[in-house]
Amino acid sequence: MENLTQLIFKRCLASVATLFVISIIIFIGVELLPGDVAQAVLGQQATPETVDAFRKELKLDLPPMVRYGAWLKGVAHGDFGNSLANGRPVADQIGWRLGNTLFLALLTSAIAVPLAICLGMLAAFYRNTLFDRCISISTLSFISFPEFFIAYILILVFSIQLNWLPSLAAVNENMGLGTRIYTVLLPAMTLTCVVTAHMMRQTRAAIINVLASAYIEMAQIKGIKRLRIIVLHAFPNSLSPVINVVALNMAYLIVGVVIVEVVFVYPGLGQLLVDSVAKRDLPVVQASGLIFSVVYILLNLIADILSMLSNPKLRQSRI
Amino acid sequence: MSNLLKIRNLHIEGFYENQWQPIVKNVSLELKRGEVLGLIGESGAGKSTIGLAAMGYTRQGCRLASGSIDLEGTELFGASDEDLRLIRGSKVAYVAQSAAASFNPSHRVIRQYAEAPVHHGLKSYKEAEEEAVELYRRLFLPTPEKIGYRFPHELSGGQLQRAMVAMAMSCEPDIIVFDEPTTALDVTTQIEVLAAVKEITEKMNKAALYITHDLAVVAQVAHRIMVLRNGKMVEEGETRRLIKNPKEKYTRDLLNVRKSMDNHEIDPSSDVILNINNVAATYTGHDNVIEDIDLKVQRGQTVALVGESGSGKSTLARVITGLLPRTTGDISFLGQSLSTTLKQRKKDDLRRLQMIYQMPDTALNPRHTVRKVIGRPLKFYFGLKGKAAELRIRELLEKIELNPDAYIDRLTTELSGGEKQRICIARALAAEPELIICDEVTSALDQLVAEGILNLLQDLQNKTDVSYLFITHDLATVKAIADKIVIMLQGKIVEQGEKKKVLSPPHHTYTDKLLASVPKMDPDWLDTLLEERASTYL
Repeated sequence: MENLTQLIFKRCLASVATLFVISIIIFIGVELLPGDVAQAVLGQQATPETVDAFRKELKLDLPPMVRYGAWLKGVAHGDFGNSLANGRPVADQIGWRLGNTLFLALLTSAIAVPLAICLGMLAAFYRNTLFDRCISISTLSFISFPEFFIAYILILVFSIQLNWLPSLAAVNENMGLGTRIYTVLLPAMTLTCVVTAHMMRQTRAAIINVLASAYIEMAQIKGIKRLRIIVLHAFPNSLSPVINVVALNMAYLIVGVVIVEVVFVYPGLGQLLVDSVAKRDLPVVQASGLIFSVVYILLNLIADILSMLSNPKLRQSRI
Repeated sequence: MSNLLKIRNLHIEGFYENQWQPIVKNVSLELKRGEVLGLIGESGAGKSTIGLAAMGYTRQGCRLASGSIDLEGTELFGASDEDLRLIRGSKVAYVAQSAAASFNPSHRVIRQYAEAPVHHGLKSYKEAEEEAVELYRRLFLPTPEKIGYRFPHELSGGQLQRAMVAMAMSCEPDIIVFDEPTTALDVTTQIEVLAAVKEITEKMNKAALYITHDLAVVAQVAHRIMVLRNGKMVEEGETRRLIKNPKEKYTRDLLNVRKSMDNHEIDPSSDVILNINNVAATYTGHDNVIEDIDLKVQRGQTVALVGESGSGKSTLARVITGLLPRTTGDISFLGQSLSTTLKQRKKDDLRRLQMIYQMPDTALNPRHTVRKVIGRPLKFYFGLKGKAAELRIRELLEKIELNPDAYIDRLTTELSGGEKQRICIARALAAEPELIICDEVTSALDQLVAEGILNLLQDLQNKTDVSYLFITHDLATVKAIADKIVIMLQGKIVEQGEKKKVLSPPHHTYTDKLLASVPKMDPDWLDTLLEERASTYL
């Protein structure tokens, strides 16, 4: 059998290949966007000549293959090009926003993942009781509401009625960690409501699946307490599906939170992406798309590696 | 001596088809300190259910309906969950059939040993660890100081089973319930576990319930035997008395299954239909799993392929069917060389070579009816549809002794294990094959059911002259059905020949060990064997 290092190495290679394919898809996708960036930037009044001249300046007249090559070469050197809208380097625009996005995602994960896993274990423990149904119903209700709705409800309760938390997540660079957490707590809570149900349901299902195993019956017959069986016997063997769903949700927290960003006026990457699409600012769109892909692939890679590590059969190759 | 466990008029019910139905009916038993009671019967007899009830445990969907389970003066019937939890593991321990499934794959073996005594507050982890090593040594596990620190998947089946016997001892319980602890093992490994069971019950003076479907096995360890059928007691008696002088017909049937069937004589000059010549194969690209395989199957002949798990029997079957390409050598079938891979084979070659598997449960699609299962090869190989197919399906069902009207529209899930295996046979026959590879077809079945299947296969052979390549680790089956025996060890054939020749001395040393390991219906067999082995090692 292959050993773990080989498996991980193969998995990494596959990720790089995926990333390459995605870069092509992103490039083509952006090419297919309707409208013309030169026209959009210069406005309706521009004469065809000015537009043409501007297109040349932006190298939009070159064939797509050449532009793709040039773009990929730049990306490989860390140069994402300059924004078409304002001429500033794309990296400068994206960098700090990416930081904000990651901060919000990590904070949310720090709350949601332990919460979801604990709830999942409790739901499995109290399976088919009123408690289990309550957990399921409440978390599923949260996931069923639109994000902005939850966001506004939370603002109504915590900012307006109780006046505990700020409704605008206006972070800036000078904030300390504590203030920063305080400022983004409401969006983090909103996102927690959105992602918990999914992870909790998966944890519950994975544990219940394992509970049917012979070794769980053995543990019961050995007179082990039920909660201990769930936490120490069932959970370690149901890690793999849980890790995967956590990774998917974390990826969502990074790439899919534009609505929450808008509601809380949070300067994250999602908002930038949407703005840039509207402005036909192709380099920014491409760069954001690529970063999102990297995040997705990286998280899935980590999830796969952790899944492999959670399996003792793969973990140790020594006899 | 006073009774340790006294079960009186026990009724247990299971919930299926939307109502509570009896599984165990009015069973009473007693167990004294230091005594081993064997519970024997086919699957569905309620043996395991009774065994688990001895610790007040019932499986999901079952309940103790009435009766009394008295464990040294404590009534377990109706006791609270917490009270039951306290006696489980500590007073009564359990050894399950499949150690591989019953050890938690994520914990080291010794940690699972220590869990119960630490959890019950009887010992510290350190004490438990030291005792585990001592027990591992007593049960002859290799490197007893180290073996516990491995994960379950790093131990062999026999080692795991012994580790589980040790685990059951971890709280020094009064009673151990052994639930078919050797059923999943090879005969040679079975002896190691039986020796471990004897060590525990005799030298350490523990009371035990020993559950099995194999009378010869239970005869080695039990003082008394209780025969169960359909949840009821058939008879109970002292081991020697019961074996020598069974009162009930059912017990006599169980005793008789090991007798050989009449074999038909095959014409030695009948043509060779499968000729395997110097074949080797590998899974990894290096290290051959099987090597130097030379084997011939004649028309109408049953060739038994015998060996322990891991000896390469099933690999050879995969190579013959083309699921695993051979690396060297040649396989010719009906005079023509077979392609190495399945994909390159002609439809007719596929048709002539059919396979029947060990687990009829997994070999049949649970959403298909019998009609669809058998109709599929008819359509695929012969293009039979509609009326013609229907007629042929009915004909095949009659061949396998199932009533067509009753079975043709049933889902495969609505059949018993033996019936499922019969359907698998019909499916293979539908292709009108020349050779059927039977991979452990009876090992998942009860003895009496298995005997029925073997009789059926023999009958079909007499009628159709089909050949069988019969893969098995069960020598009783071999004795019953084979014309020719091929013995494999570590990927090579160590001995082959006519049944009479192979089974009569002089044997190859490995054949000798295999034959000697088959339990005999003699309560002294194990003791004698262990003594002999001990003296040869000295």
